[in-house]
Amino acid sequence: MHEWALAEAVVATAKKAAHNKQMREVREIAVKLGELQQIEREIFEFALQQILRQEEPLVRQAKVSLEIERAQFQCRACGWEWAFTAEQLSQEISEAIHFIPEIAHTYIRCPQCHSPDFDVVKGRGVWLASLKGVQ
Amino acid sequence: MDPRVAIIEQRLASIKKIIAVAAGKGGVGKSTVATGLALVLSELGHKVGLLDLDFYGPSTHVILGGLEGVQPREDHGIVPPKVHGIEFISIVYYAGENPAPLRGPDLTNALIELLAITRWGDLDFLVVDMPPGLGDTTLDAIRFLKDPHFLVVTTPSRVAQETVKKLVMLLRQVGLPLVGLVENMRRLSDKGQRFSDVRFLGELPFDEGLEGALGAPGRFLQTEFAQRLREIVTVSLQAL
Repeated sequence: MHEWALAEAVVATAKKAAHNKQMREVREIAVKLGELQQIEREIFEFALQQILRQEEPLVRQAKVSLEIERAQFQCRACGWEWAFTAEQLSQEISEAIHFIPEIAHTYIRCPQCHSPDFDVVKGRGVWLASLKGVQ
Repeated sequence: MDPRVAIIEQRLASIKKIIAVAAGKGGVGKSTVATGLALVLSELGHKVGLLDLDFYGPSTHVILGGLEGVQPREDHGIVPPKVHGIEFISIVYYAGENPAPLRGPDLTNALIELLAITRWGDLDFLVVDMPPGLGDTTLDAIRFLKDPHFLVVTTPSRVAQETVKKLVMLLRQVGLPLVGLVENMRRLSDKGQRFSDVRFLGELPFDEGLEGALGAPGRFLQTEFAQRLREIVTVSLQAL
């Protein structure tokens, strides 16, 4: 599952950041899940826990906190702002955006002027928000 | 922090050599050379992958053919399907035949996402079809691909050679290995001066039979173009 690949990436990044900050133990890994990528939260959380359990002591006991971030778009052509809603998309398009969120520019248009030229202002994908630990 | 970047090196660890096929401009046959290279290397018994990074104008799938109903398998990421024996990844799996109107940061994000989630098999060579020019994706590929060896494609035209000079300068400035230069679309009547500053690997003919062989690797490998490419691969690329 795709969520496992991203969970592996989160753990690899957390380890790297913890080493850089000379942490002895990571206690909490806070991750934002951008709504546009439509990550299956339960699968992602399970994957993170399974991967952490097999990791080095630095991160093995870390708790995971997940926060869903609503996806917001702004049109570069007319300035219109709108929120992402997956309901109007077919399963095939939803899946394509799930794998590569930038594919949104292929299928989604500004509701006001129909331009594909919009910013994903927030809520794109998986983001490591913070690490808490002891040094 | 963007978590994806840290995993890219691990994702590319199963690949022995990356050959990035690049050109300073579009229209020189870069995608045909990249796809042909992948097919010839595969024919010679190597394990080969082909990655199309030309997000605006992906075309290796047209040259390779055989993609009807084919999608990457989802398994702890995406596993590239084997198309004619080649592990193949392109944005067309997700954008289909539709345009992907992406600005610079979106191109970067799409590239990072693909590199972070694709689980390549054990490959002798990953051939990368680079986008034309020196824009975001070229710079990102230089940043994220593991020790790419650049193969530069030009044509006998002075217009193409002028832009190739700039690409070669950039690659030298960033210290990336340059395998050499291939001159594509050479006609018998061409007598132009060759770009002399880079190792010349060989010329590829303007092959009238190529168009009819697109999407049919068996026919493609019988073209004069493929025969000349085979010679270049045997002499210069297998030993990389």
